[in-house]
Amino acid sequence: MSPAEAPRRGARASAPSLLLEGLLSTKEVLIACGAGGVGKTTTTAALAAGAALRAPVRVLVITVDPARRLADALGLDGLGDEARPVPAAAFGATRPKGELFAAMLDTKQSWDALVTRHAPSREVAGQILANPFYVNLTQRFARSHEYIAMERLYELYAEGRYDLIVVDTPPALGALDFVDAPEKMAEFFSSRLLRWLTAPARSRLVGLASRPFTQLADRILGSQLLEELAVFFNLFQSMYPGFVARAHAVSALLREPQTTFMVVTSPEPVPVREARAFVGALAERRLHLGLVVANKALPAAFAARGALRTAEALQGDAAPLAERISRALPGSFPDGERLARVLAEVGAGFCNFAQVATREQQLIDELAAEAEQVVRVPHLMRDVTDLGGLLEIAEHLFD
Amino acid sequence: MSGLLDHRLLFVTGKGGVGRTTVASALGILASGAGKRALVCEMEPRGDLARALECGPLSYTPRAVAPRLSAMVMDTEAALGEYLRLHLHLPVFTRLAPVAQALDFVAAAAPGVREVLTIGKLCYEVREGHYDLVVVDATASGHIVGHFAAPVALSELVRVGPVRSETQWMLELLGDAARTGVVVVATPEEMPVNEALELTGRLEEETGVALAAVVANRVLPELFSRGEEEDFEALRRPEALLLVEEALGGEVAAVLEGAALAVGIRRAGASHLARLAAALPAGVPLLHLPYLFGRAHGPRAVHRVAELLGEELSSS
Repeated sequence: MSPAEAPRRGARASAPSLLLEGLLSTKEVLIACGAGGVGKTTTTAALAAGAALRAPVRVLVITVDPARRLADALGLDGLGDEARPVPAAAFGATRPKGELFAAMLDTKQSWDALVTRHAPSREVAGQILANPFYVNLTQRFARSHEYIAMERLYELYAEGRYDLIVVDTPPALGALDFVDAPEKMAEFFSSRLLRWLTAPARSRLVGLASRPFTQLADRILGSQLLEELAVFFNLFQSMYPGFVARAHAVSALLREPQTTFMVVTSPEPVPVREARAFVGALAERRLHLGLVVANKALPAAFAARGALRTAEALQGDAAPLAERISRALPGSFPDGERLARVLAEVGAGFCNFAQVATREQQLIDELAAEAEQVVRVPHLMRDVTDLGGLLEIAEHLFD
Repeated sequence: MSGLLDHRLLFVTGKGGVGRTTVASALGILASGAGKRALVCEMEPRGDLARALECGPLSYTPRAVAPRLSAMVMDTEAALGEYLRLHLHLPVFTRLAPVAQALDFVAAAAPGVREVLTIGKLCYEVREGHYDLVVVDATASGHIVGHFAAPVALSELVRVGPVRSETQWMLELLGDAARTGVVVVATPEEMPVNEALELTGRLEEETGVALAAVVANRVLPELFSRGEEEDFEALRRPEALLLVEEALGGEVAAVLEGAALAVGIRRAGASHLARLAAALPAGVPLLHLPYLFGRAHGPRAVHRVAELLGEELSSS
């Protein structure tokens, strides 16, 4: 590629294939973020499949809560969160140049594995796993999902078995919460309050009067709850240093140069607003924005002016046109009035969608003004239930 | 008008992106239009509700945004402060900073506390009787079950004291199908319908909260009847296409392509809606809201949706 052909920095990258090629040759971790309902999981899987097809790389995709049929297509049968190879035969006629692996994030399993690994003894591990606070914390607490997703990424990355790991993220309550989750976990386990709570009961009582927090906590929750919390954290105490060190390592990985982020959105007001927030938050933290994907977009043809004029004409001249056609082809069009209705509907329908497409294009242009690299993926008319569907999406990402 | 608006507390949920905020706002507008005092509460402070109602930033204190319609946004720290002042009779000027810190800590260790404060505030507004209907723009369906289960979970962890007695009356209100219900919103797509179905199952199995209605949002109209579809297919054949192109110009093919796409999207959506309808428990209405081709966001759109919802409720 000559210097003249290389995309200029700051110019809109008009050749997505160059963009993605560049990303994939320099990055080892790609993390997808985006609002709910924009097709993040599907896009993430599609990118991984497309990469494995086109380059001799070992690609792992970590999905969170995929649809049943997509999970089946990737060979994830829900029996565990181990990474499994997707057979080359699943790619159909074209054999992949690389290899694709898939893993599904199972929050409970990942937490339990983490505890089992770091606990000082099998007995302590068992006590923690059975503790009702632990169950509550790991299953019901949204932030713990985000933390464990990043933790699992780190674990798989550290294995060193993959050239590229593509990560789906849980729907975040706030932009980039999962990036902050490891540090928040580390902070939590280092907090003074926690140290106070896990101090022996007698010395806690001595400090009681001087701490408004404890009086309040006692009155609201009852001392019994605090006792049980203390038991829980005492169990956990032996794991803190390892936990905290680990959390820092995870956090560091997210900031390394080999990590990049993909913002997935659909061309609608709320998702685009959230996408812009993501882009801003990434810039604020100096994290690398690899690309922005505008998913489920109407084909650009809907926004074409010429077609719109034709559609309006169809609506307006439906009756005389229908008469002409049904007279010329009576065999195909026995009912001129019915044909007139159809012509008018076709015109009206197109005009309706043209309205939507124009708005979508405006939103995509707004996004493109803030992020150089916006790739548009059109609405597939069907649900993606197999690898073929993923590869179809990948074509729009790569080519 | 159907019994939906006769509830005291409605939670509007569904997969992210299906239009929860629009539907919740529309329900509030509909109720206030019918003479009821309504409060719409955004459970997660994202600013979407304020944008839908175009009423400026919202806060924890309910604010009138239209005749008989008030709006607020949840804030767990403010909720805790209010709870403490009301139930423990703390003076208004008590410093809350250490309390907020404690809340963060306790919430992390014993999750459920934030959720109980949230649900508690909503139940409290119902109990106080300032409003005839409280509509909650709730979190995405994955989390709402956790919210309903929180009072149960917390009451299992906390065996005595004010928190326990609080959770008891909350559970009573939540479990009373005449007063409290969940409205699940779904679009005619695979994942939203999957989540809606999963949620209705979990509501029944894991919580005592009743499903009040399901809303199918962004439903595309059927473009053609069977006979008309035959004509449409025939139009796309070369001899007919040529005639139309002669009359109108070369863009005809693109326009027909567009219609074919619309038919395809609608057909895929219809099969998902059919799944949804088939799995609904008896007596739960399935309300349809059409795809809005004009602006689908902002107050004008929300008022339009309120009108459409009203029509659906009258005929259900």
